[in-house]
Amino acid sequence: MSILIYTENWEGKFKKLSFELASYASELAKQAGKEAVAVSLGKVEDAELQKLGQYGISKILVADDERFSNMDNKAITKALAAAAKKVSADTVVLAHNNLGKAIAPRLAARQSAGLVSAVVGLPLSTDPFTVKKMVFTGKAIAHLTIKTDKKVLTLAYNSFGLVENATKVSMEPFDTGLTDADFELQVLETNKVKGKVLLNEADIVVSGGRGMKSPDNWHLIESLAEELGAGTACSRPVSDEGWRPHSEHVGQTGKIIAPNLYFAFGISGAIQHLGGVSSSKVIVAVNKDHEAPIFEAADYGIVGDALKVLPELIEAVKEARS
Amino acid sequence: MKILVLIGNVPDTTTKIKFNADKTAFDDAGVQWIINPWDELALTRAIELKEAHAAAIETIVVANVGLALTEPTLRKALAVGADKAIRVDAKPVDAFFVASQLAQVAKDFDLILAGIEASDYNGSAVGGMLAELLDINSVSAVSGIEIDSENLRINREIDGGSQKLVCKTPMIAIVQKGIAKEPRIPAMRGIMMARSKPLEVVAATDTEALTSFDVFELPPAKAACKMVDEDNVKELVRLLKEEAKAL
Repeated sequence: MSILIYTENWEGKFKKLSFELASYASELAKQAGKEAVAVSLGKVEDAELQKLGQYGISKILVADDERFSNMDNKAITKALAAAAKKVSADTVVLAHNNLGKAIAPRLAARQSAGLVSAVVGLPLSTDPFTVKKMVFTGKAIAHLTIKTDKKVLTLAYNSFGLVENATKVSMEPFDTGLTDADFELQVLETNKVKGKVLLNEADIVVSGGRGMKSPDNWHLIESLAEELGAGTACSRPVSDEGWRPHSEHVGQTGKIIAPNLYFAFGISGAIQHLGGVSSSKVIVAVNKDHEAPIFEAADYGIVGDALKVLPELIEAVKEARS
Repeated sequence: MKILVLIGNVPDTTTKIKFNADKTAFDDAGVQWIINPWDELALTRAIELKEAHAAAIETIVVANVGLALTEPTLRKALAVGADKAIRVDAKPVDAFFVASQLAQVAKDFDLILAGIEASDYNGSAVGGMLAELLDINSVSAVSGIEIDSENLRINREIDGGSQKLVCKTPMIAIVQKGIAKEPRIPAMRGIMMARSKPLEVVAATDTEALTSFDVFELPPAKAACKMVDEDNVKELVRLLKEEAKAL
């Protein structure tokens, strides 16, 4: 028996979330006396695959097949089901990112496996198999039990962390058995934003709300983000006004993020906004109104004008880092 | 082309979340129910498509798995422009149960729209499961849909960017923010018309849920916010570095 993870690659490279998945699977496998196996679809160099061994993966099924780069949900699901069968995996874990969220429910339905998405932490018990996840967009935590022998999980980003556990890895070529007819999706164009830290996986996020007054002031948010190697985000009114793209909106109807450090500049902290950011480890709020609800969620706060505080903060960070 | 929009019935997003005495279920006393925000955007886009391609789109049907209390939510969907509603009469126990129920009523559609998440249990699962049960294509994180003869032109968000694709029908588009600008607000005429639109109630099939909610808890209370003077920004950086160890 084994625990299988799907390690997506980005132009042949893994990310922190891949290693977090590996760490998680290897702990799960240890708990249950099983093997931690990864499946990789697409072209990834051996040296990159080897890195998964640092986090406890002992076997990798490698399907070096370029056709998977079009991210066809149906095709990837078939391939993962074949991989799970090959290594007798009773539990498959995916990242709770765009692709993981798309594939996990298909795979669960295909195998009649119980699914829990955006799991935080290791199971509370393995028999019955009970895990925790956030519900009502961060406003509560639920304990769920999966009743089936086969299980599919997605792991909430930054909820487990990295655990080094150097392990010897064996690599096995894996034929998914898929034919060209299985790849139906036709990708016309891919647009990548270059040089930006991805919001879902940023360790630090700098975010602005209506208190930033105008989109013309966003260079301040961007400068601080650049200084910190952070991602940038915004509140709902800001994306609704078109000051910033929808992809930056964090909150109940936007993205739900969990960075180590979240800065909220000129964001009052409506309950819908807090839902999207409350899993952040440390929250810093800067707002003119000392009664703004953001201060109830924040760990550190400054009552003041974001436009005045930001330039000083950029300088202070530069100084502290030099 | 026939469009089906999956509709979740969820507590209003400003609802204070509370649970029953033994913390095993959400306490819905006094709750205002709404269309799940992402499903509402999906419905809005379906209506926009029908307005733009009146000849190509035959009907927009909305479907929900729920008890009678969800009917006002379905009536609202009819009031903003859906042609027909279907309610599968069952308590939605888990995503697999819901997807299995929907599979009964979703067979004859060319395009099925589902929201990427529900704001109650945040499962992100029903749309994908339904696609697998129906053995059709699914595209997730969709932020744009255009109709182009028999195919659909789709924009989806990927990590760090976006893609334009072509997908054959039938398919399920799992949509996120950006798919439509503002949800429609029902006008008086729409509300009047909704009363005479069909709302079909379908009996549930025998399906077992694969997961169960055992207990709920509220997140631990946060310690009081440590305030720093606005003229002492350096102190904030020191605290973040030395105390929070976050820089």
